[in-house]
Amino acid sequence: MVRARLASILIGYGALALGACLLAPLAGSTHISLARALDRSIPFPDNVDAQIFFVARMPRVLTAAIVGSTLAAAGVVMQALLGNPLATPFTLGVSTGAALGAVLAITFGSRLPIGALASVPLASLAGAVVASAIVYVLATRPGRPISTMVLLLAGVTLNAFFSALILFVQYAADFTQAYRTIRWLMGDLDVGSFAPIVAALPLVLVALGIFACLPRSLNLLSVGADSAATRGVDVGLTQRLAFFSASLATAAAVSLAGPIGFVGIVVPHLIRLMVGVDHRIVLPASALFGAAFLIGCDLIARTALAPVEVPVGVVTAMLGGPFFLWLLVRRS
Amino acid sequence: MLRAESVSFGYDEGFTLNDVSVTIPAGSLTGLLGPNGSGKTTLLKLLSGVLRPRTGRVMLGDRALTSMTRRELARYIASVPQETHPAFDYSVMEMVLMGRHPHLSAFQLEGPADFGIARDALDATGTRYLADRKYMTLSGGEKQRVVIASALAQSTEVLLLDEPTASLDLRYQLDVASLLARLNRERKVTMVLATHDLNLAASLCERLIVMRGGRILTAGPTREVLTGDTVRQLYDVEADVQFHEAAGHVTVIPVRRMP
Repeated sequence: MVRARLASILIGYGALALGACLLAPLAGSTHISLARALDRSIPFPDNVDAQIFFVARMPRVLTAAIVGSTLAAAGVVMQALLGNPLATPFTLGVSTGAALGAVLAITFGSRLPIGALASVPLASLAGAVVASAIVYVLATRPGRPISTMVLLLAGVTLNAFFSALILFVQYAADFTQAYRTIRWLMGDLDVGSFAPIVAALPLVLVALGIFACLPRSLNLLSVGADSAATRGVDVGLTQRLAFFSASLATAAAVSLAGPIGFVGIVVPHLIRLMVGVDHRIVLPASALFGAAFLIGCDLIARTALAPVEVPVGVVTAMLGGPFFLWLLVRRS
Repeated sequence: MLRAESVSFGYDEGFTLNDVSVTIPAGSLTGLLGPNGSGKTTLLKLLSGVLRPRTGRVMLGDRALTSMTRRELARYIASVPQETHPAFDYSVMEMVLMGRHPHLSAFQLEGPADFGIARDALDATGTRYLADRKYMTLSGGEKQRVVIASALAQSTEVLLLDEPTASLDLRYQLDVASLLARLNRERKVTMVLATHDLNLAASLCERLIVMRGGRILTAGPTREVLTGDTVRQLYDVEADVQFHEAAGHVTVIPVRRMP
């Protein structure tokens, strides 16, 4: 029963994600043909359609797929971990930590001897790791389950603190650095090549691998920690795995494309409206639908005001903001 | 048989359970009485293995709970909390099937046998007709019966209940009480029931354990333990405790607060 439902939902959402990956590169200010792009009889240097498809647009579409997928799945895990359907992957300060790292690299990277951390993606990853470590240390005690209340409060406080530091660094930045910072904070899927995707992929795969082990335990955890423990869940281990994997997925996504908001809350809730609340279905369905969702948002960002591009974070916020408010009203 | 041997436990906030020893015979229905803060819930958590004792040990038969994995333990002991508030709107069937967790391997999905056990548990608690309803839409009494069904689906020998009738009206209190009595009688489930309701304990339990200040005050057969003296020691309340012919058990009528 569950198996058949899981299979049909995975096939459906998998086809949607795959279709989005294949069709999205065809859309844009320059019209291209899929048949011509895939035509191997034309040498690649002479095949403009193939160059646009594979070099200009495919890395961006794959970035959207990976970022959308990981943020949506991380949102599901974070909501179950905190027992709060309104939590997002950014609730615990991971993204603000990443943003602080990125802003520091943009502002001081060329002036200070910080080696590889001068690279914005690496600096943002380091910032995310530092933020996660701080929240984790504050919320855990040896041999005890994580205090989700402390986790939440520490995350919210850290978000506010890091935001203040970002403002301070921006105050010290020159005009160009401030502009780059603002653009980074808006989120940008145009990574330019496959290299950043390949660099982020190991982290994403580790996180997704851990996600795959969690769904049934997340069901029980979202009913209550004590209840989960008496049903046979190792609550401390499940909480740590959920925190670690969701933080890792968020860190990888943010270091790749900046903090793109609302994906991690809109997608899980849309999926729950469509397929119910069982995490064995919600988690993989959110990951697949998240990929299609962000590809779709990016398509709007690229084409709505063409040839001008709207930052994708603006599109997700304009779709996600009203949806989030509707959820709040619906819950109350 | 479930046995706590000289168990002590302390929270950071200061409350401690001191040198508690209790024996829960197999197949018995034991009541756990005591005022607020006496340690009933802590003792139940120690008996279920959710908390680990600081000193002493809890034994299930001849095995210490600390030597068992959580999953293994959950195949022997199930718990019913006072209230259950899921973060998401699970269906009743999904809630009950969660009880099968300790019997499934990591990536295994529930099979026909698990659904059969879940339906049996719904039948036993009179909630089969609610199977497709959302848990959050149920009344308090229905919710409590569904949570008991989920615990039954765990197919355990022992069921620990923490004030299962605390938030229910009189009708649902009687429903849940008769359900527990029937499950104990027909399925031979060993039960420990923490409660503030002295009349519920008197009507259901053959044995009582009475706690105060993190210690065992007294324990034994209900008729011997549940007396006016015990009520006075526990709650500083003078009570009329008499055998009620029509009800068929001891009844407790509070008379006045002691000065």
